[in-house]
Amino acid sequence: MTAATDAEPAPAAAVAAPGRRRRWPWPARIGAGLAVLLVLVALLAPLIAPHDPAAIALTERLQGPSAAHWLGTDHLGRDILSRLMHGATVSLGAVAVILTLIVVLGIGIGGLSGLIGGRVDAVIMRGCDMFLTIPTFVLAMFMVGVLGTGLVNVVLAIALSHWAWYARLVRGLVLTLKEREYVLAARVAGASRLRVFAEHILPGVFAQLVVLLTLDIGHMILHVAGLSFLGLGVTPPTAEWGVMIGDARDFIWTNPLLLVWPGLAILVTVAAFNLLGDALRDALDPTLQAEGDA
Amino acid sequence: MTTAASHLRLDGLTLVTRRHGRPLTLVDGLGLDLRRGQVTALVGASGSGKSLTCLALQGLTPPGVTQTGGRVTVDGRDTAPAALRGRVTATVMQAPRSAFNPALTMAAHARETLAARGITGAEAERRALAAMAEVGLDDPRRVLRLHPFQMSGGMLQRMMLALALLSEAPFLLADEPTTDLDLVLQAQVLALIEQLVADRGLGVLLVTHDMGVVARLADTVTVLDHGRMVEHGPVAQVFDAPAAAPTRALVAAHLALYPDLAPEDAP
Repeated sequence: MTAATDAEPAPAAAVAAPGRRRRWPWPARIGAGLAVLLVLVALLAPLIAPHDPAAIALTERLQGPSAAHWLGTDHLGRDILSRLMHGATVSLGAVAVILTLIVVLGIGIGGLSGLIGGRVDAVIMRGCDMFLTIPTFVLAMFMVGVLGTGLVNVVLAIALSHWAWYARLVRGLVLTLKEREYVLAARVAGASRLRVFAEHILPGVFAQLVVLLTLDIGHMILHVAGLSFLGLGVTPPTAEWGVMIGDARDFIWTNPLLLVWPGLAILVTVAAFNLLGDALRDALDPTLQAEGDA
Repeated sequence: MTTAASHLRLDGLTLVTRRHGRPLTLVDGLGLDLRRGQVTALVGASGSGKSLTCLALQGLTPPGVTQTGGRVTVDGRDTAPAALRGRVTATVMQAPRSAFNPALTMAAHARETLAARGITGAEAERRALAAMAEVGLDDPRRVLRLHPFQMSGGMLQRMMLALALLSEAPFLLADEPTTDLDLVLQAQVLALIEQLVADRGLGVLLVTHDMGVVARLADTVTVLDHGRMVEHGPVAQVFDAPAAAPTRALVAAHLALYPDLAPEDAP
């Protein structure tokens, strides 16, 4: 691994090369590597999981790690590794849908607010402020209470309790970007408002949005797991990390490993995406700074 | 299209804003008369409302500024200012470096200008290359692939002129086109504009505070002072017998830079 990365061509020759390349620091590589691994596991879980995650075998219950069950079995004799893998599908899948909803809502509402400005902007932003005052987890719990339990409602609740942050960010970025000279140049060249937005404003918004999104993935995973742990989200037969921790509570003194595995899965996933987010922020921020100075 | 337009006229442009709660007039009843093949200079000190006029002419008043009067006619017909953009008027901006999106190549900028006229694909590329050759950009195919930060200020200003040509608009609004360039480049860009006026019959509104540029290029001059037109006339008259005090100040300042030029030698 290290030998391969050391053999990469040195970027010294890249004077004034477009899109300057530099090596990622090792936390970023670990984060990116783990994130890719987790996404692969989530996508391929049905193919690579050694056992059916829902197959109950009461004769094999509460076993320790073995060759047949690498991480052992739970109180119903289900294979923990397989359940963790399928849990990744649920957690990351839910997060993917949440992020998509948030991006659509954030860009739609924040973009509108920033572009139109004036009274529309004031009304939308006061609406956002209302959402921002309530802690997201409490808001999400409230929404699940209103909508009812289940994964779909958890996804909706988390998206609806987070969009305001993104709308605010998008609005701020739109306000700065739309005052750029090149936006004015595009306008005087006769480009339509929509084209100006799509070509000159949206890319700049995305660059920043990606950083916040990546940093928030860990946060969202904790929300999904937390709501499921409380019994508000995914219902028990489905393999999900929060549900697994909830199930394992009764065995905390006799089989603490049952709690450790899903806990570790959450920890590793959150850490991986946080490392990746930090790296993206460091990589993208100086570029934007330089662009602002030009 | 509107390429036949030969006369662009702005009447009674009035722009106001509010400062400390009181209305403040930025441009007061300004009129401009642009004809094809002629260069009209709009001069005045910084802050006299020149650039604002340029933008308001195209219906782009900045936030906080309200247009309370003004009428745009093209060949005598009333025209919505927004309809001028990229069709009747093309604009060359002051700072070439900030007028290009740093994330996009020259090809993308050219595509954008042509798309506003509904021209795409191979035809768009052919026209882009032709326009770039016309403004003297060497190896246009290579330049099309460049980003703004890979180009010099002079190249960018030429590119901006090329984009202006792509629109095939009969009028060019040049907002301080040479202010950000060094003297050699200034001379080149001015020569280029002069040539485009001669070759294509462009009508040019030249916004500047540099009387040297005016002397070099303009046919008629409008002098703006605190948003008000204080003098208007052929360039020779304005230089030889400046009537208004602001004009005298501008001419005197220009001549002070070239002490060996006696006033009667001014063009």
